[in-house]
Amino acid sequence: MAAVTLRFTVNGKARRVRVPPLKRLLDVLREDCGLTGTKEGCGEGECGACTVLLDGRSVNSCLVPAVQADGARILTVEGLARGARLSALQELMVARGGTQCGICTPGILVQAHELLTRARGRVPSEAEVREALAGNLCRCTGYQKIVDAVRAAARAGKQPEKRSAPRAGKKPAEKQPARRPARKPPAKRRAAKTAERGRR
Amino acid sequence: MPTGSRRGSPPRPPAAPRRRGARRAPSASSTRSVGVSVPKLEGYDKVTGRALYVDDLRVPGALHGRTVRSTIARGRIRRIELDPAFDWTGVVLADHKDIPGENVVALIEDDQPLLAAGEVRHADEAILLVAHADPERAEAARQAVRVEYEPLDPVLTMEDSLARKAVLYKRDNVFKEVRIARGDAAAALARAAIVVEGRYRTGAQEHIYIEPQGMIAEPDGAGGITVRGSLQCPYYVHAALMRVFALPPERVRVIQTVTGGGFGGKEEYPSMIAGHAALLAWKSGRPVKIVYDRGEDIAATTKRHAAMVRIRSAVDAAGILLAHDIDVVMDGGAYLTLTPVVLSRGALHAAGPYVCPNVAIRARAVATNLPPAGAFRGFGAPQTQFAIECQMNRIAERLRLDPLELRRRNAYEVGDVTPTGQTLRESVGALDVLEQAAQRAGYAAKRARYARDNAAAARAERAGRFGPGERRLRRGIGVSLVFHGGGFTGSGEVRLASRAAMDLTGDGRPRVLMANTEIGQGTITVFAQIAGETLGVPAELVVVETPDTAKVPDSGPTVASRTVMVVGEIVRRCAAGMRAELEAFAGRGWADGEGFRRLARRHLARRGPLRVERRYEPPPGIAWDDAAYRGDAYGVFGYDGCVVEAEADLDTGEVRLLHVTTAVDVGKAIHPVLAAGQIEGGTAQALGYALLEEVRVKDGRVWNQQLTNYIIPTAADTPPIDVILVEKPYSRGPFGAKGVGELPFDAPAPAVVAAVEQATGARFDEIPVLPERVLRALAAKERR
Repeated sequence: MAAVTLRFTVNGKARRVRVPPLKRLLDVLREDCGLTGTKEGCGEGECGACTVLLDGRSVNSCLVPAVQADGARILTVEGLARGARLSALQELMVARGGTQCGICTPGILVQAHELLTRARGRVPSEAEVREALAGNLCRCTGYQKIVDAVRAAARAGKQPEKRSAPRAGKKPAEKQPARRPARKPPAKRRAAKTAERGRR
Repeated sequence: MPTGSRRGSPPRPPAAPRRRGARRAPSASSTRSVGVSVPKLEGYDKVTGRALYVDDLRVPGALHGRTVRSTIARGRIRRIELDPAFDWTGVVLADHKDIPGENVVALIEDDQPLLAAGEVRHADEAILLVAHADPERAEAARQAVRVEYEPLDPVLTMEDSLARKAVLYKRDNVFKEVRIARGDAAAALARAAIVVEGRYRTGAQEHIYIEPQGMIAEPDGAGGITVRGSLQCPYYVHAALMRVFALPPERVRVIQTVTGGGFGGKEEYPSMIAGHAALLAWKSGRPVKIVYDRGEDIAATTKRHAAMVRIRSAVDAAGILLAHDIDVVMDGGAYLTLTPVVLSRGALHAAGPYVCPNVAIRARAVATNLPPAGAFRGFGAPQTQFAIECQMNRIAERLRLDPLELRRRNAYEVGDVTPTGQTLRESVGALDVLEQAAQRAGYAAKRARYARDNAAAARAERAGRFGPGERRLRRGIGVSLVFHGGGFTGSGEVRLASRAAMDLTGDGRPRVLMANTEIGQGTITVFAQIAGETLGVPAELVVVETPDTAKVPDSGPTVASRTVMVVGEIVRRCAAGMRAELEAFAGRGWADGEGFRRLARRHLARRGPLRVERRYEPPPGIAWDDAAYRGDAYGVFGYDGCVVEAEADLDTGEVRLLHVTTAVDVGKAIHPVLAAGQIEGGTAQALGYALLEEVRVKDGRVWNQQLTNYIIPTAADTPPIDVILVEKPYSRGPFGAKGVGELPFDAPAPAVVAAVEQATGARFDEIPVLPERVLRALAAKERR
C-alpha cells in the first residue's frame, strides 16, 4: 500500500511521518518517532502495554491504524514528565513500589493519567482505580501498589493535566473532535474478558 | 516478631524521592539503608519510558529471525520444502545441519535439540530458522516453508505415559523418581483408626511475563558471538552457546537487557532463543534479532508442570498427624529440561510445614509429547502443597475441627524434624504467620458468620423465601499454611560454588559484580542496600554492574529464591572485605559517602584497583545425601500463612475474591516495600492459578495462545491484598534475610479452594476452579 503523509502532535511536539496508512500507531510511535517507551505485550488489545492517549482518550495503539492518528494529539509515557521533573504519579509509582519489571508501567501510567485528568482533583475510590486499570495487565505487582500510587497521586497532584497535556486544558478530555466522529477507541479488556469467561 | 506491614509505617522514614540527574552525585542521605524502603533505583527509567528492553534496541543492519515450528505433536520429518513460488532473495535459512557444535540446549541432560533433526517430539518444536532484513518478509518466508511429516501417535496425558502407551524416554517414560521415607507410614496407616484419602490435580500454567521472549545476537568479528536479551540467568545461556558453537568461554558473551518479567519462564528457555538468534547471526554474519509475539511465546515456551497427587493420611482423634503416604506424578513434557529438580522440590515440600512421624513420599515425573514443562515460580512446591493443604482441610472436616486449629496443632516449630530428617534449628515462623494472618483477617469470626449466613440462606431457599431475580451469593473464608526452602536444593549450592565480587569505579564508588539479574524484584536496589549498609555508605552511592559475562563472575542463576539470601550474603562478605581493606589502608573509617569516595580515590591512586571476590560457603553442620534423600534439604525455610475470602454465585458458578491477608516470614525485610511487592505479586499470580488460568491443549498444541482466551487476573479481578511481614532472622542470610520470591505463590490456591468450599458447600480437588467446575461440583453435591 502506498505510503501517506500524516501530521499529528506527540507530547506537544508536531510530527510529520510518511507511512503505510494501516501501519499500527504503536509501530509509528516506536519506529518513526523513536518513542520506544510504548510497549507491545500482545498485539491484540488485551494487555494495554501499548496504551497512549489519542486526543485525551486512552487507546491500545496496537489496534489503531496510523491513518486514524492524522491530526490528533497523542500523549505517550515520554510526555508525562516535564523535562527532568517527574509527575507526582511517576514519583509515587517509584516510591510506592508500583513498578517492578516495568514493561506494563508506561501503559499503566498513561491510563492512570487519563483517570486522574478525568477525576479533576477528586480522589477516585480503590474500586474505581481498579476498574479504570482493568485493561492494563501487570504480572508482577498484584496491582495493590499501583492502585495505592494512583490514589496517592490524586491526593498529591490534583491537576496532573496541567503538566503533561498542555493543549488539552480547555476541552473535556473525553470529547471527540467533531471531524472524526467515526473513530472509536478499541474496547478495553474488561468487557471482552467477562464475555469470554462466560462462554467457556 | 511482627515488624513493618503494608499499612504500618516503616521503621525509618524513607529518603526523599530523588530526581533524575541527581543519580550520579553522592547523596547526603543515610548510610543506614537496610530495613528502609529507599526509592527503587531501577524505577526512574521505567516510569519515564527510558528503560530499553530488547525490542527497543535498534541494531543497524540487523535481520529479523522467525522460527518454523512443528504442527504435530510427534512424528518423523519426511521432507522440508521451500515454496518455489516465493522470492527467497535476501532470506537466510538455518537448520540443524548449520550448527557448528552440538545440536543441544545444554542443561541437566542433553536430550533437547536446538533444532529438530529428523523427528519432532512436541507441537511447536523448532525445526528451521529464517531471517530477513524486513520483518514482514521474514514472516512471509516462514509461512513459505512446508514440512511434511510421518505422524506417530502422541502421548498427551500423564496416565497414558505411565501406561507406556508409547515409550518416549528410556524404558518407562519416567524422567525422575524421588522417594522420601521417615518412620513407617504403611504400618502407621494400617493400625490407625482414622484414615483420610484424597486425590488432587493442578493444571499447567503459562508465565505471561508481559514482555515476550527476545534476543539479539551479533558476531563479534573475531570468531565469537555476543547475545543480548531478556533473561534471568546469563551463565546458563553462556554455557548453552559454548556447546552449540563449540567455542571457549571467552568467545561467548551474554548481556542482560532490561527484562520485562521472568517468573522462571526466562530461566532456561532463553538458551533456546539465544541459540536460534546466534545461529542465524553466525550463518549470515549479521546481527539478528528474534522477538516472539504473544502467540508464539505461549505456544512454544515452557509451562508450569501439571501434577496429580494422591495422599493417604492417618491422624489421631486429637488432630495430631500420624502418617502420610503421598504419591506425586508430574508432567514433564517432551524434554527433560529442569524437571528432575522441579520434582525434587515438589517432593521435599509434599508433606507441608507439619510434624509427622511417618511419611512415605514417592514422586515421579513422566515424559509426554506436550511442550516441555520448566521452571515457574514455586518450582513444584505449589503443586504438592496445594494437595497437602486440601488434604489438611479434609482431615479437619473428618475430625469436625476448624482447619486453623488443625494447622495450629501440627505446624513446625524450632527443633522439629522434616521427612528427610532435617532438624529445623532456627528461624521457624510457621505459627507466627498462621496466627497473625488469621487475626488480621478476623478469620474465626468470619468463618462462623459465613457458616451461619450460608445455613440461613439455604433454609430460606428451602422454605421458598427466595425472591425472584435475587442472586444466590454465598461467602466463604479459607486459610492455608505453607513453607518454601530458600536456595538450591540439597548440595546444589555447593555444586554451584557461586562467586561474586566488588570493586571500585574510577570515581571511587563501590561496585557490585554479580550475574544475578533484576527482573522486577528490585535486585539492584536491594544489593545497593546490602553493600551500602555494610560499607557505611548510602545505597545510592553503590553501582550494581549490568549482568554481562565479560564483566561479572558467575554468581549463579536468578532462581530458587536464592538471590538475596545466598548471593546477598556473598556480596555482604565482599563489602565487609572491602571495608576492612580500606580501613586498614587509611588507618581510620569514614563518616559518609563523600568520605568513602575520597578514601577510595586515594586508594586507587596509590595502590591501584581494589577488587574483593568471595565464594559461597556452606553453612556449617549442613549435610545432604542425594542418593538416600536424607539430611538438610535447604539451609532454611520461609513460611506463609494466607487467608482468602471469596464469594460464589451458585447459579453462574463465578467466584469473586473479596480480600486476601497474607503473613510471610521473610527472615528480614531488607526493603519492606519491595518484599511486600514480591508477596503481592506472587499472591496475585497464584490467584490466577487457582481460579482462571488453564492451558488448553488440542491434539498436543496449546489451543488458547492469546491473552483473549488465556486469562490472567486484571486489577478488577484482584482483591485488596494485605501483607504482614514477619521477621524471624536467619543467621546465614544477609542481615537475617531469607528467600521470598517463590513462597507467596505456594499459599493462595488452597486457601481460595477452602473459601469456595465454605461458600458453596461443595468439594474441589482440582484447580483452576472455573465456573463450570463450580457448577459440576454443586450438581455432585445435590446428588449426594
